[in-house]
Amino acid sequence: MVDTVLFIICAIVAIVCGFNVVLQRHPISSALSLIGVMSSLAVLYLLLGAEFIAMAQMIVYGGAVMVLFTFVIMLLNAGTEKASSKSWFAQIAGLPLLLAFVGVLAFLIRAVLPPLAAVAFGSWVGGTAEHIGQLLFTTYLLPFEVISVLILIAILGAVALAQKEID
Amino acid sequence: MNFIVISLIKIVIVFAVFMTTLAYLQWVERKVLAHIQSRTGPLRVGPHGLLQPMADVVKLLTKEDLLPPYVNRFFYVLAPFLAVSLALISIAIIPFGPEVEVHGIRTNMQISDLNVGILLVLAISAVSVYGNALAGWSSNNKYSLMGGLRSSAQMISYELPLTLAIVSPLLLANHLSFRAIGDSQAGYYLGFIPRWNIFQMPFPQIFGFILFMIAAFAETNRVPFDLPEAENELVAGFHTEYSSMKFASFFMSEYANMITITSVASVLFLGAWHPLFPAPYSNWVPTIVFLFAAIVCFFQAAQPRRRRDNITFPIFGIVFLVLAAIWAVPFLQTFLVPAWWFASKVGFLLFTYIWVRGTLPRFRYDQLMKFAWTFLFPCTLLNLLITALLVAVF
Repeated sequence: MVDTVLFIICAIVAIVCGFNVVLQRHPISSALSLIGVMSSLAVLYLLLGAEFIAMAQMIVYGGAVMVLFTFVIMLLNAGTEKASSKSWFAQIAGLPLLLAFVGVLAFLIRAVLPPLAAVAFGSWVGGTAEHIGQLLFTTYLLPFEVISVLILIAILGAVALAQKEID
Repeated sequence: MNFIVISLIKIVIVFAVFMTTLAYLQWVERKVLAHIQSRTGPLRVGPHGLLQPMADVVKLLTKEDLLPPYVNRFFYVLAPFLAVSLALISIAIIPFGPEVEVHGIRTNMQISDLNVGILLVLAISAVSVYGNALAGWSSNNKYSLMGGLRSSAQMISYELPLTLAIVSPLLLANHLSFRAIGDSQAGYYLGFIPRWNIFQMPFPQIFGFILFMIAAFAETNRVPFDLPEAENELVAGFHTEYSSMKFASFFMSEYANMITITSVASVLFLGAWHPLFPAPYSNWVPTIVFLFAAIVCFFQAAQPRRRRDNITFPIFGIVFLVLAAIWAVPFLQTFLVPAWWFASKVGFLLFTYIWVRGTLPRFRYDQLMKFAWTFLFPCTLLNLLITALLVAVF
């Protein structure tokens, strides 16, 4: 009961915020709407029993990534976007093409993905930190380590670029 | 139904205590700072200024709530709301004591025990940057913007050492839930050294604790890291344009963050609610401390230095005697004594906060960043590495 109510609230918030990201004129408003999407997604994960993923979502996406976004927007002091004069093609064919795209996407998802069983809130217990840690260090050890090397390379690249700026 | 009623009772108690501490922390801060600087501090409102927090609340509530015409309305109003609501969340998962039994009902001395408790605290602290940053940006004032930017940059930088310092005690406790971390620190080595994480074998986390506290000072924007509101550079930083209740919200969020982070520190490093020495003796420490306070009060009353001291001090003395009596009742001891030990640890850390504010000057901004990245971060990494190795070996 509470699960369903929470699900409906958070799903609505996620969708409204998602539209808001595109519709808002000001970059800060868009960024904050994106934070709304991230946070409500975290609650949805939590409802499904994926505690660790929910918290990671908040820490990494809601916190680190989006703070960086807002920080850069504030630092550059980006103003409100001006509406560009729309081309005649976008004005006429925009909405039909968008609907067609959504239709194709929905069709593909239905055709390719296997049919899913109904979701029961809280029935899944594989989302604790212990389970995920165990999986990361046994089944998915190689991808995990490869990703860490990849991130290390990215860090070294960033340091090298910053060094060039300073010299 | 039972669960809801118990939870509501716990929420009311925690909220009341939390809010009172919040209000009186400010009184304590002004008093301690004053005595560090050889002043007397608030003295006029009530005996020894004890009603000053109430007066401040009335003042802040009744002041005119200005809405400057040049601000970004929506975010300007949203920012203090965000700051204060995020600051009040984390206290919900702090354990104040062990599992207790009252009239056959067993319950934890904690509003809610999360499996991923410590991660929730990190998530909330990661998101609470937005309150300050948005306040600075939406005020449309360059000092505010500088304050907001400094605050977010500082909080991002110091979150890294903070998180890394947290990981080491987690390795020792082998769990993420606050209750489990607290439970893992029960017991004593050789019968008298507490198994708190700062003494815990194989690698005592005393360095980790110090590093955590340094990062925590920066995370809560307190002296010596209060760059976001450095008044001689930035007027008042990100809350320059705020007045009345909105200003009070930022004020509240700052103190709420202080209380939360010190509570986290005492759970992670100082053994949560476990006393400094074994049970039969440590149960009487609160009573003895309150009795001592009562004696001091009566002694002061016998030789009054100020007008009305001969009335106020005996009243305080009687209050302390009553407290001593309450803490001596065996039935109440089961849950009051752990709470007292927890509160005394948090109180000590909060006192340290004020002490540091009274003694240290402010960092320069480049020093602040350099300190975080070139000293604090490698140190926490080293601490984590040694702890991980020793935990793996033993």
